[in-house]
Amino acid sequence: MMSALTAHIGVMRTAVHRMFASPLAGFLNILVIGIALSLPAGMYVLLQNAQGVVAQLSAAPQISLFLAMNATTEDIAQIRMQLAKHPGVKNIAFISRTEALTTLGQGTGLDDVIAGLESNPLPDAFVITPDSNNARTLEALRNELQQIPGVDLTQLDSAWAYKLEAILDFARIAVLVLASLLSLGLIAITFNTIRLQILTQRDEIQVSKLIGATDAFIRRPFLYFGAIQGLLGGLSAWLIIVASLLLLRQPIAALSQLYASNFSLQPLSFSDSLSLILFSVYLGWMGAWLSVARHLSQIEPH
Amino acid sequence: MDRSNPAVQRGRSMIAFNQVSKRYPGGFDVLKNVSFELAKGEMAFLTGHSGAGKSTLLKLIAAIERPNTGSVLVNNQNVSVLKSGALPYLRRNLGIIFQDHKLLFDRNVFDNVQLPLQICGFDHKESSKRVRAALDKVGLLGRERANPIALSGGEQQRLCIARAIVNRPSILLADEPTGSLDAEYAEEIMAIFKSFHQVGVTLLISTHDASVLRNTQFRVIELKQGEIQSSSAPADSAQTTSTSPAALSTGAQA
Repeated sequence: MMSALTAHIGVMRTAVHRMFASPLAGFLNILVIGIALSLPAGMYVLLQNAQGVVAQLSAAPQISLFLAMNATTEDIAQIRMQLAKHPGVKNIAFISRTEALTTLGQGTGLDDVIAGLESNPLPDAFVITPDSNNARTLEALRNELQQIPGVDLTQLDSAWAYKLEAILDFARIAVLVLASLLSLGLIAITFNTIRLQILTQRDEIQVSKLIGATDAFIRRPFLYFGAIQGLLGGLSAWLIIVASLLLLRQPIAALSQLYASNFSLQPLSFSDSLSLILFSVYLGWMGAWLSVARHLSQIEPH
Repeated sequence: MDRSNPAVQRGRSMIAFNQVSKRYPGGFDVLKNVSFELAKGEMAFLTGHSGAGKSTLLKLIAAIERPNTGSVLVNNQNVSVLKSGALPYLRRNLGIIFQDHKLLFDRNVFDNVQLPLQICGFDHKESSKRVRAALDKVGLLGRERANPIALSGGEQQRLCIARAIVNRPSILLADEPTGSLDAEYAEEIMAIFKSFHQVGVTLLISTHDASVLRNTQFRVIELKQGEIQSSSAPADSAQTTSTSPAALSTGAQA
C-alpha cells in the first residue's frame, strides 16, 4: 500500500496532466480568474492606502480662525486670550496676514502676482489644535469659536477628511459587493470546467466505478484540479496587482511630492497576499466540489 | 462436475441466488424466480439466447443492477441490499470481463491494467510487478506500451481479462468473452479461464458459443426467457449433478 502522501502527489500529477492536456483553455481560465480577482483585490489595496492617508489627516484636526480684515492688534490679543482660556483648545498658532502672504508666494510660485497686488487680501488667522478629534465635538467647537467677536470665518480643516472617510466606507462596501459577485463567477467558471472534464472522462469514471473505485477516489483529481487552477489564478491575480502597483508608484510619488507629503504607495502585505491566494484556491476547490457533487452521481455504470 | 479438482470447496457457497426476480421499468421481466448456487472455486457456464437474462444476472452479482425480489449472496454477503458506499469493496473482490471490454483508449495497455491497482492504492513498484504478471498470463507482455485501439479483437479481450485478474479477485465474471472471436482465439481464452479455475478462483462465464459448451466438464446453467431451464454438467450424467448441493437447489428450479 502506498503512503497517503505519495498517493496524493500522484493525484496532483494527474490533475496537472489534465490541465496540460488542453493548455490554451487552462491558460485562459487562469487568466480570467486572475483578472477577476485582481480587480477587487487591487481596489482593496488602493482603499487601504487611501485609508492610511485619511487616518493621518483626521488624527490631527485643526480649526482655522480667520479674523476680520480690520482687526487691530488689541483685537488679536483679546482673541488669543479667549482661546487660551478655552478648555477645548490645546494649541494656538498665530499666522499674521503678511506671513500668510509670504508663505503663499513661496508655496505657489505666485510671487510676481503677489508683488503686483495693491494691498494684502489675506486676513490674520489663528490655527488651533483642539483637544478632541471627535467629529461632533469639533463641529460644536467650531460653532462656538465662530461666535467670538472679531472672528470672521472658522474652518474645520479635517472636515473633508471625514467626508472622504465616509466615501471610503461606501467604496469599501462596493468592493465587497464586487468581490462577492466575482467570487460567485469564479466558482461558476470552475464548476463548468469540471463539468466538461467529467463529461470527457465519462468512460474512465464508469469503468473506475465498475472495478471498485470509491466516490472519494473519483472525486479527488477533480477537486485537486479546481484547487490548482484556483492557486494559479490567485498567483496571477497577485502578479497583476504587484505589477500595477509598481507602475503606479512613480506617478504617485511625484503627486505626493507636489503636496509636500512623504506618502508612498504601500504594496500588498504578506498576509493579504496569502489570503488572496488561499481564497482563490478555496473558490476553485468549491467550484469543483459543487460540480462533482452535481455531475458524478449522474454517471452510474449500467 | 470436476470433483477431481481440489480447488472446488463443496458446501462453501460463493455465489447464491435465492428466488431472484428482476423487472426493468416498463414491466419487462428479465429474470423470474432464479435460484442457484456456485460453490467456492467452482467454474460454470451461463447460457441462453440473447435476451434470456445472462447479462442481467451477472450485473446482479456485481450490484450494477438490484433485484426486485429475492436475494443475491456473494461470499455470504447480501449484495442486493448493499449500501452504495460499500459497493466499491464488493467490486474489488470481483474480476469482471465486460462484453464491450470497456477499455480506456486514452492510455496504453499497461495503464489500463494498472487502473484497478491504483484504485486499491498499490504503490508503483508492487503494481508494476502485478501488471506485468497479469499481462504475461494473457500473453500481452510485449504490448505494454501499445494503445488498446491498436490491438486485435482477441488481444483486446485478453487485455480485459488481464485487467480483471490483476487485483487477484476470488470471483471472475465474464460476459460473452468469446462472442466475437474465432475458434482458435476462443480456445486460448478458455484455457486461460481454466488455469484460474485450477488455482481456486470461482468463475461464471456467460456464453452462447456452442463450441465452448460442447464436451465441457463444467456445469452449464441455461436461462430461457428469464428462468433457469436446466442446470447440468454435460460431461457427467444428470444423476451425478444432483449429488452436489449447488446443483440440488438449481435442480428444483429447472
